Formats: sequence, C-alpha cells, structure tokens
Amino acid sequence: MTRHIERQLAQLKERILRIGTLVEEAIAKSITALINRDTNLAQRVTANDVEIDRMEVEVEEECLKILALYQPVAADLRLVVSVLKINNDLERIGDLAKNIAKRVSQLAQAGVVELPDEIRTMATLAQEMVRESLEAVVNGDPALARRVREEDDAVDESRQRVRKMVLAGIKAEPERVESLLRINSVSKHIERIADMATNIAEDVIYMVEGDIVRHRAGDA
Amino acid sequence: MPRDTEQSPPAAVLNEQPAVVGDRLLAVANGEDIPSEVHHRVREETPVLEIDRFNLWYGSKQAVHAISMPIPHNQVTALVGPSGCGKSTLLRSVNRLNDLVQNVRITGDMRLNGDSIYDPRMDVIDLRKRMGMVFQKPNPFPMSIYENVVYALRIDGERNRGVLDEVCEVSLRGAALWDEVKDRLHDSALGLSGGQQQRLCIARAIAAEPEVLLLDEPCSALDPIATGKVEDLIQELRGRYSVLMVTHNMQQASRASDYTAFMYLGRLIEYGPTSDIFTKPILQETESYVTGRFG
Repeated sequence: MTRHIERQLAQLKERILRIGTLVEEAIAKSITALINRDTNLAQRVTANDVEIDRMEVEVEEECLKILALYQPVAADLRLVVSVLKINNDLERIGDLAKNIAKRVSQLAQAGVVELPDEIRTMATLAQEMVRESLEAVVNGDPALARRVREEDDAVDESRQRVRKMVLAGIKAEPERVESLLRINSVSKHIERIADMATNIAEDVIYMVEGDIVRHRAGDA
Repeated sequence: MPRDTEQSPPAAVLNEQPAVVGDRLLAVANGEDIPSEVHHRVREETPVLEIDRFNLWYGSKQAVHAISMPIPHNQVTALVGPSGCGKSTLLRSVNRLNDLVQNVRITGDMRLNGDSIYDPRMDVIDLRKRMGMVFQKPNPFPMSIYENVVYALRIDGERNRGVLDEVCEVSLRGAALWDEVKDRLHDSALGLSGGQQQRLCIARAIAAEPEVLLLDEPCSALDPIATGKVEDLIQELRGRYSVLMVTHNMQQASRASDYTAFMYLGRLIEYGPTSDIFTKPILQETESYVTGRFG
C-alpha cells in the first residue's frame, strides 16, 4: 500500500511539472508576441490555454482521489495540498498569459505604439520567478523559494514605474489613451504572474518545512 | 545511508527499508540512547501522570528504555509505534499489571497526581481503583448491564439504590450508550454487540471516576461502525477524563487524540500535539512512520 501511494505522489509531481512547462511556454510566447506584435503567436497562446485548463482539472481530481483513498499525513499530506494550490496558481498564470496575448491584437489594431523597455524588464523578471518557483517545486528547495519571494519587490517597483509612465503619457498625448491603458493592463498582468510565482514559492516552503509563511513579510 | 555492516543490527531493523529509517532509529537499533523529541506544548500542560526515567526488563531483555513523559490532564494521549515498541508494556506499567508477570524488573518511577506508583508502600489495589482500564477485546462481566456499570461501587460497599441508579445513568450517558440500553438495563451485558460491549466497558471504567483512563487498543476487535462510535466517545471524554491510549491504527490516533507519542524499540522518539505529529513532525523518523514508510 505504501509503494502505491508513493507511485501516485510521483505521478502527481510529474503532472504538475508538465503543467508548469506549458505555462512557462505560454508566458514566453505571450511576451514574444507582445514584443514582436505577432498576432498569430498570440492566438496560439489563447488556443493552448484550453490544454492547461484541462490538465488543471485532471490534477485536481488526482489530488482529491489521493486524499480520499490514501488519507495521507505529514509530508505526503503537505505535498498533495501544495500541489492543489500550485495547480490553481499555474492555471491562473496561464489565464494571465492569455490576457496578455489578447492585448497583442488590440495593440496591433491601434497602430504603432512603442512598448516601454520597463515592460520587457518586468516580463524577464516575472518569467525568471516562475522558472525558479517551478525549480523549487521540483527540487523541494525552500532557499530558492525564499529568493523568489524577495524578487517580487523588484517586479512591483517596475510595475509602479510603468504606471507612472502611462499616466504621464496620457497627460501628454490624450489621444493615445487606449493603447496606453492596454500597456498598463499588460504590466498589471505581468505583476500578477510574479505574485502567482510568489504564491508557488510560499507553497514550496510549506511543502518542505510545514510552515505557512504567507502574509509574513521578511521571513528569511 | 551509512551502515556499519560488521555490527549487524537486530532483525527487526534489517526488515525495514534502510532508505527511510532515520539515523535515530538506526542508533536505537544499535542499542544507543537517544534523546526524546518532546514538543514544548506537551510540557505546558498540567500532567495527571508523570512517567519518570522509566525502564522495564522482561528477564534480560529491556522492553522500555528510560522513558520520561508527562501525560496531560483531561486530554487524550495516544501511544503509537510498530509492534514490539513497548507501548502496551508502558500502558500496563501505569496500573502495575506487569507486577503479575514473572521476571519483570523496573527502575524509575511514575507518579499519578504526584503519588509514586512504584513506591513500595503503594497499595496496588488502591492504585488500580484510581484508574480505569479497557482492553482490546470487550470483557463485560457475565451479569446485567446495570450490574456491570455499578460493579466498582458495589465492591466498595455502596448500597444506596439512588446513588447506584444515578451513577449507572451518568456513566452510560458518558459512554454514549444510555439511549441504546436504557430499556434493558437488567438484561445480560453479553447480549450487546461488540461495539456496545466495549462502550459498556468504558462506562464501567468511568463509573469509578478514575484519575486516568487506560485504553489498550480499544477498537482493534471492532468493526468500522463500532470503531467510529468508540472514537466519537473518546473525543467526548476529552476535557472530562485523562485518557492514555495505545493504538495500532494511525488514523485513530489522528482522529481521537490530542497528543501523540511515537515509540520505537522501547524508546520514546517524538511526542507532541497530534495535529503537529500528523502534519509536520520534527523528526524525519516520525515522518517515515506516520506516512507508513515503515513499521
């Protein structure tokens, strides 16, 4: 019986990582599409989100099955509960990538709008955070997870700079208000992606150490 | 995991999977003394029973090694661990049932509300009156339900019908059995189902107002429904009685107890609030046991 639950848990880990890979791809593609104004690529991101949604439901069902059939405790319980939450966060990241992709065609229709460099900086940071948080899941690495938490501040600051740029832009060129608001909303989505990566990192800390560090600032 | 192949560990350990047996368990298997990991919340409780550096030998074989643990007042404490870890021996030592076994030698002491249990002047009969014990198999006396419950009072010479009636009802209610048997109190207790018999034994034990209630695998002979009822009852007893319970069933410990102590080869390994032991134990060794990696 013991062997069996271990197999189930290993499979669960594999599945969550597969979703992670798809989600990472979705972010990368949506950002590339944004930078290159590639509406075809953006449409592919939207289409692929269906697959992420499907896998999310599967992983959730798998978690519920393990909870009901094996009643795991201690580390096993923490793994299943963390996977449930990480699963949810990854699906949300997928949706955010889709939202960014949607803005690509809107921005393309609005004509030439230059993308602030700050958006690229933000996107790079957020992607890195997602990558690291998933690596922390794979390796059960709370130290890396703590680094991800710290990195979130840089993204938040970057987001504030974009917001200020957008406000200044609207004042200077009110006719560009729609495009600027879309850029603002892209930056908001990227910031949310970084927040989700932070959540995942916090779940890794819980998974490994059993401590809930959420809502606790400066936990080193 | 490093393992000294020259010094072959006992067979019990050879059967385990080395990858998940922690260093402490290996040390224990090699006969070393290891400190018990006792969570601070255990120490914050007022103890009803204090087990103090207690050792017990069956002949030359040591079954309990230097166990020190406070048992909290009005809480349910579960002893868990693989077969042969000494949990039943420890439980039976509390009311000195091991006195009846030949070649038993003990050192250390236990104190019930401050009174030394192993003091040579302690009257064992008096001591046992201060505790209740319920065994694996229900053992109602071959008499009526009523007489079973009031047995302890009868042998103490209580004759007042009013007192006996009241104790009978209060105890049966306390054991969540009253509604099922109130119309047939004078029928034979042997006609009850297994689960009812076990709850009757608990009613009989609490009728004497014990300072501590000892339960030795109280559900191992019961079906799941009867087990559920006895577990519900144990939870009901919490806050009113101090319960020390041995169980093989990990889920029973997690469902029914406030504190859980994990024992291994006669040692206390880790002892803490049940919710912590089953969600984030301190020791890897405890983790391996409660998740079913060995034992």
